[in-house]
Amino acid sequence: MSLLRIRNLSVEFATASGRFRAVDGVDQDVDEGEILAIVGESGSGKSVSMLAVMGLLPWTATVTADEVSFDGQDLLAMDAAARRKMIGKDLAMIFQEPMSSLNPCFTVGWQIREALRIHLGMGRRERQARAIELFEQVGIPDPEKRLGAFPHQLSGGMNQRVMIAMAIACKPKLLIADEPTTALDVTIQAQILDLLTALRDETGMGLVLITHDMGVVAETAERVSVQYAGQKIEEQRVGPLFRTPHHPYTAALLDALPERATEKHLPTIPGVVPGQFDRPEGCLFSPRCKFADAKCKAQVPPALGPDLGRARCFYPLNTDERVAS
Amino acid sequence: MTNPVMQATALQRHYQVSGGLFGKTRTLKAVGGVDFALYPGKTLAVVGESGCGKSTLARMVTMIEEPTSGTLTLDGKPIRPSDWASLRKSVQIVFQDPYGSLNPRHRIGAILEEPLKINRPDLSSAERTAKAREMLGLVGLRPEHFDRYPHMFSGGQRQRIAIARALMLDPKVLVLDEPVSALDLSIQSSILNLLVDLQERMQLAYLFISHDLSVVRHVADEVIVMYLGRAVEKGSRDAVFSAPFHPYAKALLSATPQADPDARKERIQLKGELPSPLAIPDGCPFAPRCWKVQDRCRAERPVLPDEDHSAACFFPENGGTPAGASG
Ligand SMILES: Nc1ncnc2c1ncn2[C@@H]1O[C@H](COP(=O)(O)OP(=O)(O)O)[C@@H](O)[C@H]1O
Ligand SMILES: Nc1ncnc2c1ncn2[C@@H]1O[C@H](COP(=O)(O)OP(=O)(O)O)[C@@H](O)[C@H]1O
Ligand code: SF4
Ligand code: SF4
Ligand SMILES: [Mg+2]
Ligand SMILES: [Mg+2]
Repeated sequence: MSLLRIRNLSVEFATASGRFRAVDGVDQDVDEGEILAIVGESGSGKSVSMLAVMGLLPWTATVTADEVSFDGQDLLAMDAAARRKMIGKDLAMIFQEPMSSLNPCFTVGWQIREALRIHLGMGRRERQARAIELFEQVGIPDPEKRLGAFPHQLSGGMNQRVMIAMAIACKPKLLIADEPTTALDVTIQAQILDLLTALRDETGMGLVLITHDMGVVAETAERVSVQYAGQKIEEQRVGPLFRTPHHPYTAALLDALPERATEKHLPTIPGVVPGQFDRPEGCLFSPRCKFADAKCKAQVPPALGPDLGRARCFYPLNTDERVAS
Repeated sequence: MTNPVMQATALQRHYQVSGGLFGKTRTLKAVGGVDFALYPGKTLAVVGESGCGKSTLARMVTMIEEPTSGTLTLDGKPIRPSDWASLRKSVQIVFQDPYGSLNPRHRIGAILEEPLKINRPDLSSAERTAKAREMLGLVGLRPEHFDRYPHMFSGGQRQRIAIARALMLDPKVLVLDEPVSALDLSIQSSILNLLVDLQERMQLAYLFISHDLSVVRHVADEVIVMYLGRAVEKGSRDAVFSAPFHPYAKALLSATPQADPDARKERIQLKGELPSPLAIPDGCPFAPRCWKVQDRCRAERPVLPDEDHSAACFFPENGGTPAGASG
């Protein structure tokens, strides 16, 4: 049974210019102990879909789904109080900008001890000991001293470690990390990704890694889900996804990587991601797809089977791989 | 070999910052002595992590800020602040943020014509418009875009506009400060292609600043790796990427994720974090994080040898020439 199971999740925002569908019929499973990457360009609905799971969207959002369950419990049916209890404990999330999630007025030590008090009801001395232990676990040097620091006194990488320490404080079963290293330099990014992977190995928690960086995906993820304009358009294990993508968008994205360039001119994808007012009929990628035909422009392609990466496409690529593998 | 269009020698930029409790001002060495040369039709890339001085270097090169010391020459003649007004048109800059750098109240046509209005009083209004329209086409935008406002464009299109504006005065040098870092992958590749085409067509010298090594590997001819305001390695793109000499350059390359799941490789884990630029260590600035550090590294400062491919390191990797110490 999957740890997190999402079926037909959609999110619409009420905006001044009408309704806007940011997430569109997404299915997703996350298993215990696995690292799933959700990859896509900015605005593809990566954050909004996971914020919907966490119940962290503003009131302007309307969330609908056939199923959202976590650890066997139906999150949709759960009342707000029960959900709050679960969130931050069994289900935790960290964000791109650690500074905006930390309270600038309190020391990081106070914030982590407070989380331990609320969720685990620990006593004062126990909290301090656990806080030190957590800081050590996430590789913060000199933890006793750092607990007394305010967020602005620490570097971006150090604050992200603090956020991770807080997120794992209650030994969550699933950690959702939304672009956790996007604001960091690569040497620090490498440290944080290694840390997240090591924590997964130690604790067996599931990890959802949201990113737009194909390099990060290739080096960290085990399974990959690709999003485009609010839809999940493909999902495969990491190796086959990079070797034999099935959806033309995935293939085009990989081709556009400078490191795959075979000549000075890189392959490009014409046009831009559709917005609120130019969402096409039929396949959402059809205005930009070099394989598009009349059918693609008129009909919505359903997701194919798992052997074709659940690609939402009438004409999937690399289909002979099915026979080969 | 052709002559460099621009040359920098021992370029430094220090800032006086008011410090902590007692308000004592301290010196922040944002750029601590950098040499380079830019050639027509060639790209010099400057890489390094945030805070290493890349943008400060860009501001000196584009005559936005005066170097604290060192010299810059253009076509062999030294650039002095008194010449800035007349020389600026030869050196233009494109920034990372295509949103902040365009005036939201001006139409694209006016944005492109503005540099001509200021610097080319010899041109008539009709000539200015003709030139702006031509440039619009050159960067891949359509004629009807001329009368639109910046907010009506996507990020990639805005970056095209910023590039067009930078090219209006026929510069010789284009400084590109993280020009594709804010763009999505599918947009990034078309902007990189545009830059390649424009360089070839106009024989522009590019100073290409980026923290993204996979982009740099694609565009650069020569590379400088900076650390805490200094060039710690320089060389041709192929030399630096295939066999980096400086331990920091090697670590940076190994930390850059590769979009190839089969190429799982050992990352070099650097100890600790970048020291504050207000407290740059004596000796080798990389010593506190270096896995090869010896006593000598803490006592003396290695100087970048003047060779085609070289590193400021006493114990370089991959058979590099060991650096000498500063006197
Ligand atoms: N509170 C909101 N109100 C209206 N639109 C929103 C809101 N939050 C996000 N969106 C829109 O939803 C889409 C998906 O956003 P997001 O999930 O943040 O994308 P990303 O894949 O970059 O994480 C975007 O077009 C974004 O502008
Ligand atoms: N105007 C300024 N006053 C004081 N310090 C500055 C100023 N501009 C830049 N710095 C400092 O100089 C160093 C180099 O900055 P910068 O050139 O922006 O680096 P990069 O572009 O490589 O990220 C940083 O430590 C930065 O804080
Ligand atoms: S359904 Fe058609 S337009 Fe859409 S991705 Fe597949 S081939 Fe392209
Ligand atoms: S000089 Fe010493 S400390 Fe500096 S990079 Fe070389 S080996 Fe490392
Ligand atoms: Mg996001
Ligand atoms: Mg900068």
